[in-house]
Amino acid sequence: MTTTTIPHHETVYPKRPWKATKADLIPVFAALAVAALLDYAVVAITPMKGKLAYALLFFVFGAGFQMALKWKKLGRRAAVDSLAGSVAISGAVIAFVPVLSLLETTIVKGAKGLSLGFFIHDMSVANYQSPLSEGGVVQAIVGTLYLILIATAISLPLSLLTALYLTEIKGKASGFIQFLVQAMSGIPSVVAGIFIYSALLLTTSLRGSTIMAALALAILMIPTVTRTAQEVLLLVPADLREAGLALGATQWKTVATIVVPAARNGLITAVILGVARIAGETAPLLFTLGVSNKINWNPFSGGQSALPYYVWSGLGDGTELGIDRAWSGILVLLIVVLSLFATARIFGTRKVKIK
Amino acid sequence: MSTDNSSQPNSLAGVAAARHREPGSAPLGSGLEARGVHAWFGSHHALEGVSLDFAAGTVTALIGPSGCGKSTFIRTLNRMHEFIPSAAMAGEVLLDGKDIYAPGTDVTKIRLQIGMVFQKPNPFPSMTIGENVLAGLKLAQIKSDRNKDELLEECLTRAGLWQEVKDRLGAHAGGLSGGQQQRLCIARSLAVNPKVLLMDEPCSALDPGSTLRIEDTISQLSKTMTIVIVTHNMQQAARVSDYTAFFLADGGPGQMVEVGPTNEMFSRPKDERTENYVSGRFG
Ligand SMILES: Nc1ncnc2c1ncn2[C@@H]1O[C@H](COP(=O)(O)OP(=O)(O)O)[C@@H](O)[C@H]1O
Ligand SMILES: [Mg+2]
Repeated sequence: MTTTTIPHHETVYPKRPWKATKADLIPVFAALAVAALLDYAVVAITPMKGKLAYALLFFVFGAGFQMALKWKKLGRRAAVDSLAGSVAISGAVIAFVPVLSLLETTIVKGAKGLSLGFFIHDMSVANYQSPLSEGGVVQAIVGTLYLILIATAISLPLSLLTALYLTEIKGKASGFIQFLVQAMSGIPSVVAGIFIYSALLLTTSLRGSTIMAALALAILMIPTVTRTAQEVLLLVPADLREAGLALGATQWKTVATIVVPAARNGLITAVILGVARIAGETAPLLFTLGVSNKINWNPFSGGQSALPYYVWSGLGDGTELGIDRAWSGILVLLIVVLSLFATARIFGTRKVKIK
Repeated sequence: MSTDNSSQPNSLAGVAAARHREPGSAPLGSGLEARGVHAWFGSHHALEGVSLDFAAGTVTALIGPSGCGKSTFIRTLNRMHEFIPSAAMAGEVLLDGKDIYAPGTDVTKIRLQIGMVFQKPNPFPSMTIGENVLAGLKLAQIKSDRNKDELLEECLTRAGLWQEVKDRLGAHAGGLSGGQQQRLCIARSLAVNPKVLLMDEPCSALDPGSTLRIEDTISQLSKTMTIVIVTHNMQQAARVSDYTAFFLADGGPGQMVEVGPTNEMFSRPKDERTENYVSGRFG
């Protein structure tokens, strides 16, 4: 078999002609700079004052100039497109600035009290009026991890099964259950605590413990996880279910080996949202957790501590030291929750192996 | 037309010869031209140095085994390639002599002139049949001075669908069969009056009857526009196209092995690999 040689091409480098070049960006940034100057000038000479005025005017001028640039270059349609882009960017900034500001405050105020000792000591050696070099949060970290773990262990299977009932089985009770889930997501968190308190603690000889508080948190977590799981299961294409069934699989096998794995990343998001819902809750803990200033490894009896509860106590103490301690507690809570989310993402995301 | 796969090159060439038309016999502007087009996905070099001239008013079929870069190539022709985040390209694509990748080009106007029909019929589910056809005018914000009803009828007629849907233009497009949906998508792309129509395996999900109807449509359309069609069906290439280009990825990036008038490609291809492919010996 003869093969014709393919003509040799000179080395060609990949390009992205659709990306804006430096020459495209210069007028964009120039326009933004002019917008900033104009912004400054207008705030100086008119009665409009304050950060809000700066931000608002900068948006108006900036978006206006970008629109004008686009209009000149590509016409009206492109100008409207540019305006929509500017509005979207501003929306993201408006939503993000408060979050950043919150984070900054927490880090600035919380970092003061952080030290190695803060992470390894408990509160049996100090009280809320002690300097922050004494005592720490270790018992609250353990308590919070316990609570998250147990609440997730209770609510994840229940939520997943409920979501599967609603999306896969679509049984007769679907409508009613859907309604209940919706209603449950509106429960104020303190009510969940009071419910466990009155149903399990008031009438029996049981006392506040980790498991009781985790039950209260599970009540809050279930609707969030169920709703999200339901949405992501609905995104799995019907074709995949049919392909499984057409291979002779039972519905259970199809769901377990095809549908749920296909929705895996979304289901992890569901759990993360659920954990985010409960990690910072204080109210449900008030009647259900008991108290402990030492690590309590036994989740079934004895009081427990938790980071939000720790923060709440510090704030309730009202002294300057107590409030500083609360800020440090908030920072630790943030660190714990973010590390949990990162872990869930790293271990939960399936890596596609290419051999 | 037989639908079996033991296609004889000679019979295909016969079909193609009957169909063949000299380029430029219908002068319609200067067509589309790819010059040294390369495409990458990240570091994966998917397409290497394709130069291909689509004369105005001709139908060009792109054939070749799966994964040889036909879709990638066709998507560089109307700048859809750049929607893939890792994508990069090199080379030029000239529409009426102007590079569509030149800086300052309004890409939305390019896509208005170079329409696309996809492999899977994708009518807009929330719109009625009529709304689907006219969707392009709305999306591209074109103020047409033409009567909407006339335009609707014209597009559906050109797409060969008018007779079947004229009494239910207000019905939702989801109720149409696959073949009807695909013709609706063709009608939709005609409404904005493109110069070029790109079709990526438009019949691969359709039954033979619908396929033939779409081929008729393509033949009709080729009187007024330039068409590029990707197909895995040799008979289809022979039936509808004036020129055929054969693509192949031999381990490396996809390349265009050979292009020529369709009847020659099926009767006496210059390259042995083309011969093997069109005679069904591999691919
Ligand atoms: N979105 C993508 N990301 C990465 N690689 C891709 C993508 N699309 C196509 N490819 C690769 O580019 C090559 C050409 O694919 P394609 O153009 O779809 O071939 P064809 O349409 O001829 O079957 C293949 O190797 C394919 O794996
Ligand atoms: Mg393809």
